Amino acid sequence: MTTNSQYGHHGTEVLLTALREPGRMTGFGLDEWDLLLRLARRTRLLGRLAVIMDETGELEQLPASVRDRFTAARVFVSQYQRTARWEINRILAALEGRDVPLVLLKGGAYILAGLPPSRGRLLSDVDLLVPRGLLDSFEQTLLAHGWESVKLEEYDQRYYRTWMHELPPLRHPGRFIEVDIHHTITPLTSRLSPDPEKLLADSIPLTDSRLRVLQPVDMVLHSAVHLFHDGEFINGLRDLVDLTDLFQHFGKHAGFWEELVSRARLQGLLRPLFYTLRYTNRFLDADIPAAAMIATDDGAPPGPVLYLMDNLIEAVMLPEHPEFPRHRRAVAQWLLYVRSHWLRMPPGMLLQHLARKKIMSWRHRKAAAETVA
Amino acid sequence: MMLAGLTGDECRQRLANRGLLLKTGPFTVRVRSDIEGFTRLLRQFYGQFPVMETPAVADFHVRVLRPGGIRRWWRPQVQFLLDGQSPFQPFQLSHAFPLFEWGLNWGIAMQAHQYLMLHSAAVERAGKVLILPAWPGCGKSTLCAALVSRGWRLFSDEFGLVRIDDGQLVPLPRPTPLKNKSIDVIRDFAPDATIGPAFHGTRKGTVAHLQTPDASAAQAHIPALPGWLVFPRYRAGATLQLKPIDKPQAFLKLANNSFNYRLLGLQGFQAVTRLVRHCDRYILSYSDLDEAIDTLNQLADA
Repeated sequence: MTTNSQYGHHGTEVLLTALREPGRMTGFGLDEWDLLLRLARRTRLLGRLAVIMDETGELEQLPASVRDRFTAARVFVSQYQRTARWEINRILAALEGRDVPLVLLKGGAYILAGLPPSRGRLLSDVDLLVPRGLLDSFEQTLLAHGWESVKLEEYDQRYYRTWMHELPPLRHPGRFIEVDIHHTITPLTSRLSPDPEKLLADSIPLTDSRLRVLQPVDMVLHSAVHLFHDGEFINGLRDLVDLTDLFQHFGKHAGFWEELVSRARLQGLLRPLFYTLRYTNRFLDADIPAAAMIATDDGAPPGPVLYLMDNLIEAVMLPEHPEFPRHRRAVAQWLLYVRSHWLRMPPGMLLQHLARKKIMSWRHRKAAAETVA
Repeated sequence: MMLAGLTGDECRQRLANRGLLLKTGPFTVRVRSDIEGFTRLLRQFYGQFPVMETPAVADFHVRVLRPGGIRRWWRPQVQFLLDGQSPFQPFQLSHAFPLFEWGLNWGIAMQAHQYLMLHSAAVERAGKVLILPAWPGCGKSTLCAALVSRGWRLFSDEFGLVRIDDGQLVPLPRPTPLKNKSIDVIRDFAPDATIGPAFHGTRKGTVAHLQTPDASAAQAHIPALPGWLVFPRYRAGATLQLKPIDKPQAFLKLANNSFNYRLLGLQGFQAVTRLVRHCDRYILSYSDLDEAIDTLNQLADA
């Protein structure tokens, strides 16, 4: 144990180093690689490291066992991305002849727009933003073309439709990817309420002009909101990596940072932007101008809240050493889950919702137990 | 060094601490366990395989351990952890070894996408590999065990690992799990073969493991090109028939037999195409093992 425990704290450092300075990976020893591969797999970042290592042209210098793992990871990534592209292709086919602007969000957008976060990125759903007025007919079209609603419990359906910013997920039988149709980027009951009309109006077409993506500043803000106000932080570090990539890519363009801050202010999203700048810079050395950091200062929460968030975010973003789990992460994840619900709905509604979910899970468990018996 | 080169105590110590780094075919498995019965069987069945000294990059981090709580004492159980996660329900404690074998197979099938993985047995003779794809109840394991006991080199009872870049098959010799009637069939057919203890009441009935021959273990690092693709069909009382099949038919059967054909996309298509073009292709219907082995030997010697 003694040899291993020197990685007790060092553990996450290996992963962060690889993400910040990929060039240093070639200098890693075998035991560092062993740990890195495990951590990268857990955080769904193995494919990314593989692609980045390949880009540096130094793949051949790595131990054969590492190359094999990277090869396997890239196979996995290609399959996921191919599946997503095909799903988008099928949606376009279903919409043939209709003039519905189809705005891709997150993973799908990065991949179809060929943006840096697409490198080695896994995704398990296709997220779309559709004008609210067209939501019903859009859903009906997909249902008519064979997609089915994944959440069939009546309560879940109602929950999504009355309170959420997206429809219950759809899936085409025989395909392994979900389609999430959003009409805005925060829940209807949330304390944040950015205007989706502005997002749609300023979205930009891709080469295939039936597809659009959010303009750069909105892309960043959506990813930020999703991570800090909606998420369960399951892929938290991966999402931070996405944002760091976007900053590096768009940050070079004149006026990007000023526009980002003013857009956040306009849409009431200064808080998630503040968190994003803080944590991408802290964990991944994202290159952010000091002026932008200072300009988002008034997005910061009160001191004690920030102190708490710093601790929770660190616990949830950084994977634990697989041999020495401290279960800090699970606790932080749970607290942040409660927080995301707190932000999502007023207290009375939240209590009612959590009670309903609890009863439903009891019923499920009972039903499952009866099936087994 | 090979595993049998460690004393029982050294082996137990490694398993209990940092883990034993066991090399099986192209994979390095880091195993940790403190279960005595499991340790004994691991030494018996993997004795001829190399152990690596640290540090090394392990493909699989496996723990075979007893869950805590009441199950520690009452009807004790054993749990399989792959990199800290538990893909299966616990088994009864005495089934630790078959649990390890299944768990490792599961891990390989989920992860080793650097290969086209066929759900097939594979054996080699005269430098060429005979691939026997599995079909439910087709008798793949029995036929494979019988061929190995007649001198074919064991590549694998479970995985046809096909390298994507050059189409060679990579050996992964491990203990062959014989099930139910097939245990006695092989005992009769190869009285000299070493078969381990029978585990009754597993999810596949009774299972007993056939030891990998030393010669196959010693050549576990040597790949070979595929030569024959034979789809076995055991049927009681059937007369022996070796029927050639055409490439399209073989292609579909093989693609369906693969664990990761879809996942590999174009590479999968190309790898299966190459296999089908490269191999002589047959369906073998048989009931008598001796006849089947004779036929396959003739095929190889032709």
